[in-house]
Amino acid sequence: MQSAFSDPILIFAVIALVGLAVLFGAVLGFASEKFKVEGDPIVEQIDSILPQTQCGQCGYPGCRPYAQAIASGEANINRCPPGGQATINHLADLLDVEALPLDAESGVEEEETKVAYIIEDLCIGCTKCIQACPVDAILGAAKQMHTVITSECTGCDLCVEPCPVDCIEMITVEEGLSNWHWTLPPSSSKQIEGFKITDVITTDRVKTKQDDAA
Amino acid sequence: MFKQLSSPHAHGPTKTSWVMQQVSLALLPGLAVLTSFYGWGNLINMLLAIIFALGFEAAIMALRKRPVMFYLSDFSAVVTAMLLALSIPPYAPWWVTLIGIFFAIPVAKHLYGGMGFNPFNPAMVGYIVLLISFPVQMVEWAAPRTMTDLPGLGEALSYIFLGIHPPDGVTAATALDLVKQNSGLLMEQLWEQTPQLSTASFASAGSEWVNVAFLLGGLYLLWRKLYTWHAPVAMLATLLLLSAIFYDGGSSASKGSPLFHLFTGATMLGAFFIITDPVSGCTSNRGRLIFGAGVGLLVFIIRAWGNYPDAVAFGVLLMNFAAPLVDYYTQPRVYGHEKRSNVRIHRE
Amino acid sequence: MSQNLTQRIKTAQIWDIPGGIHPPENKAQSLKDPIAEAPLPKQVILPLAMHIGAPAEPLVQVGDKVKTGQMVAEPKGLVSAAIHASISGTVTGIEDRPLAHSSGMSGPCIIIESDNQDDWVDLEPIDNFRDIDPATLVEKVRYAGLAGMGGAGFPTAVKLQPRHTIHTLILNGTECEPYITADHALMRERAEDVIQGALLMAYMVGEPEQILVGIEDNKPDAIEALQKAIDRAGDSRLSQRVFPTKYPSGGEKQLIQILTGKEVKSGGLPADLGILVQNVGSAVAAWEAITQGKPLVSRVTTLVGDALGRQNNYLARIGTPIADLLELAEIDRNKSDRVVVGGPMMGFTLLNDQVPVTKITNCLLVPSLKELPAPPPAQACIRCGLCAEACPASLLPQQLFWYAQVEDHDKLRDYNLFDCIECGACAYVCPSSIPLVQYYRAAKGDIRESEREKVKSDHARLRFEARKERLEKEAEEREAKRKARMEAAKAKQAASDSGKSSDGASDLVAAAMARVKQTSANPEETRLKLERQKKTFEERIEGIEAKIAEAESDDIKAKFSSQLKNTQKKLDGILEKLDSLENTASQEEIAPAPEKDAAAAAIERAKQKSEALAGMSESEKLKSTLASLKSRQEKAAAKVAEAQASGADTLEALKTGLGKIEEKILATEKQLTELGED
Repeated sequence: MQSAFSDPILIFAVIALVGLAVLFGAVLGFASEKFKVEGDPIVEQIDSILPQTQCGQCGYPGCRPYAQAIASGEANINRCPPGGQATINHLADLLDVEALPLDAESGVEEEETKVAYIIEDLCIGCTKCIQACPVDAILGAAKQMHTVITSECTGCDLCVEPCPVDCIEMITVEEGLSNWHWTLPPSSSKQIEGFKITDVITTDRVKTKQDDAA
Repeated sequence: MFKQLSSPHAHGPTKTSWVMQQVSLALLPGLAVLTSFYGWGNLINMLLAIIFALGFEAAIMALRKRPVMFYLSDFSAVVTAMLLALSIPPYAPWWVTLIGIFFAIPVAKHLYGGMGFNPFNPAMVGYIVLLISFPVQMVEWAAPRTMTDLPGLGEALSYIFLGIHPPDGVTAATALDLVKQNSGLLMEQLWEQTPQLSTASFASAGSEWVNVAFLLGGLYLLWRKLYTWHAPVAMLATLLLLSAIFYDGGSSASKGSPLFHLFTGATMLGAFFIITDPVSGCTSNRGRLIFGAGVGLLVFIIRAWGNYPDAVAFGVLLMNFAAPLVDYYTQPRVYGHEKRSNVRIHRE
Repeated sequence: MSQNLTQRIKTAQIWDIPGGIHPPENKAQSLKDPIAEAPLPKQVILPLAMHIGAPAEPLVQVGDKVKTGQMVAEPKGLVSAAIHASISGTVTGIEDRPLAHSSGMSGPCIIIESDNQDDWVDLEPIDNFRDIDPATLVEKVRYAGLAGMGGAGFPTAVKLQPRHTIHTLILNGTECEPYITADHALMRERAEDVIQGALLMAYMVGEPEQILVGIEDNKPDAIEALQKAIDRAGDSRLSQRVFPTKYPSGGEKQLIQILTGKEVKSGGLPADLGILVQNVGSAVAAWEAITQGKPLVSRVTTLVGDALGRQNNYLARIGTPIADLLELAEIDRNKSDRVVVGGPMMGFTLLNDQVPVTKITNCLLVPSLKELPAPPPAQACIRCGLCAEACPASLLPQQLFWYAQVEDHDKLRDYNLFDCIECGACAYVCPSSIPLVQYYRAAKGDIRESEREKVKSDHARLRFEARKERLEKEAEEREAKRKARMEAAKAKQAASDSGKSSDGASDLVAAAMARVKQTSANPEETRLKLERQKKTFEERIEGIEAKIAEAESDDIKAKFSSQLKNTQKKLDGILEKLDSLENTASQEEIAPAPEKDAAAAAIERAKQKSEALAGMSESEKLKSTLASLKSRQEKAAAKVAEAQASGADTLEALKTGLGKIEEKILATEKQLTELGED
């Protein structure tokens, strides 16, 4: 009886397969080196989408911890009220998951940007707000009046609660000439409301002819 | 006295509804010639198709809770209905028209998002559905006046509404079909032996004048600057070139003369009224050249070697598929940039 | 035009731009008469930011008298322009007024009330500008307040200091927008000044090789006048280029392409190509500023539109309220529904006609409803491609529209949204009447805003991380200190184990804890704090009430009342706290008595006393006994007096008790003196 190994076809097949495996392995190895993607780790990417208010409304102490929680799958993407639906959609895009509506437990999305403002007459200089501020945007010392550096304030309102004399208010940043811009036109169905069909017909070419004649 | 409006405050005279009205208007000479050569059939079909189309459009707009009259007044449903009615054989039964319109308006147009969002030409989708589903009714074209006496209005109505099958004399194979089925005859012999061709003035009886009428309608639209010359010229030129190459001196293997191809079947209707549909076509002028040439190529290939005698609908639908690709590769170079943009084109 | 002239102009090569449209020109109606001078306004409103860049800094105060041409605000920063009084009179205010801006918002303005004298400051004309250093001239232009008069308002002086060598100076006389004829009228009537101004500007930027005057062929009279002026100037570098009328040929980038065939790189400046473009109006203003020393206090503005009775070009003082000009042009307010500043293609509508004419107000268009009807509602995009054909920048407006709708900012950038010049050609041709430009403006604004937000959030992230690091470091340091202390304590313990000393560290902790307890539980301090709060809140409530009384509109009132409510609530909370604090305080005083029975309490007290006495010295003991005896004597005396007054039968007993106490006092005092003698 012939041994299985003495069959030349089998040997050729083994050699061919091994050869192919080595070849493809080499090609794949080369490709993985050559086209290496030096992407940000996912946490970085998530963190860069979050609004960095560090407000903790998501239940995590800051944006980065929340990003880590999302990346590890322990938190949903819909817990960031300052970022609102836009951030949720962005995250959904990045992570290829369904865009959920904002979690009502975390809070509501506010339309306006706000900054903290300290009513200086009332401030007793307790430094509690300074300790609460996640971005060191409050200036002051014990028994000295405090003030908010507006340009650094993220509007997280974490300083409001600790103040013993309730002297911190969140004020809305008003739209000024520098940040005004046009908004998108209303949807077409809104434009049509109360619109008469004859209005479309009368703006046709006929009109210019009259105007030309005039 | 004061309101906040974004510029521009002046607007050009061309409006979508006006464009559609002009297109419908430009189709009328073709309809008139069709009626004079083939009888009342197409006229009845067209009225029927317009009623069905407006009905479907209104129902869908009502379902979508949109102002019905505002959308009906854009005339796009009427144009679709007219194009489909002109493509259906004159004495096809009424339900053929109904099914065609159903696939054109609710399916091909509204299921894809409505006006402006349909990737395929609605009239052609309707036509193809009919052609594939009801080949018997769809390949029986009427015989032209030059061959037989035309049925009267009463007869026409009975063919369409009562399900009475038109007698053999009333229907006849089309000239394109005859050329395709030709085996062994020289072109000259074929021309002499078949009445569809022998009674013709220069291409094929009836069909030739219908094509002339559509050509005139198309020239009118070009003159009114409703679309550019690129797509029609590219399609006709390609067809002309290919038919000249394969004319083969009128041998038995000939695929028909260039004149025959240009003025028979749906050539002119396709060139001036279907491939110029902006929604499902290409956007840039270079893209339109490619789109038109592609349709011309496909039309000739299918006419010469395919299974169907005429091929405008297939050609258009296949090129509709290709339109995003063509658009992708024909983006203009933006001012101040060295290279052409290469960004994915969005098709609604 | 002479045959010779036409030929010469035709020989020069010009290039075509892609796209473009041919809207009805509507220029004739405002060109029938020469430029008319508008009467002096009674009041001018001078916005501090009429130009692109930093607002000017006021130099005057309310109540100051100013003369025409006097600088009232100086340029601040590099990109800025001065502002001058355009009439003589008194500064009556420096305050926020509505501006000529699409938003209709307000901004800081200097308001001058006229004295009807038009009393000018002394001007310093320069006879021959070639005697002066170009840099000095540029500085003069800067202080003359010149800003691009074609509509953009970029400070002229900044453009006259390019970083690159300029080989071509282009004078923009295109004025391609329908209706506007301000530049046309200026070129027609003051061609000499335009050309001389061009030569002046050429001198300032280092004498470029060629000076081109670009003009559309729909202004034959202006072309002729300019050509005559060019011939008289006799400078071989000067030449006029006439090209076919097409909108928007007058865009800076488009004009460069038409005249030179070159394109300004995306995001770049014409100066990168060695080209400088100046508006003809700016050339005239520069000429006046140098040779007459006259700052920019007036400009030509076209008043046009079927709703105006007298359509013409007017020379108006800057700061003139637009309403004054509209009245001058005999506006029929029933005929129109809007006032457009600028042309019909790129102008913006006013929300208020009390806004002033500024340096960039080249046209006020008041179309009748028939003339420029509002567009019908937008229909669906049918991808007709007319917009792409019309776009002078070769963009794909229909793609931009789609992505603007879905707010896909990345895609919009890919499609080069920021190369859009907002000329409006796409929206003009759109058969579906889609307000495309508004979509692009909104998208651009959104993108810029999100960029700002991105910068801010990156900054916040850095600060957050820095803070975290700092806190961690602090915690580490504390930990290290604690450890060190523990080590020290252990060492001490080990050392004093034989010596049997008390644990110093634990004593310290106990003491600290006691202190903390004391401060946190000290009811007196809490009460004081609460009272302080109460006072401030009461003051706030008073303040708010005063504001409500002052408030005029119901809106404001409602706002303040809700504020009042909140404050009141907080005050109530404070009062409540205060109340409860007082209750507990008084309870603490009363409480011990009923809780324990009197005997036990007495035993307790006695025990305490004896314990206390145990540790005292002999004399101290005596003293304390004496003190308590004396207090008892006092109490007894009081009781005797009481009994005497009421005539009670316990009087005698009480008297004996008092006597006994007095005896004891005497005895104790005796003991004390004896002790002192020892």
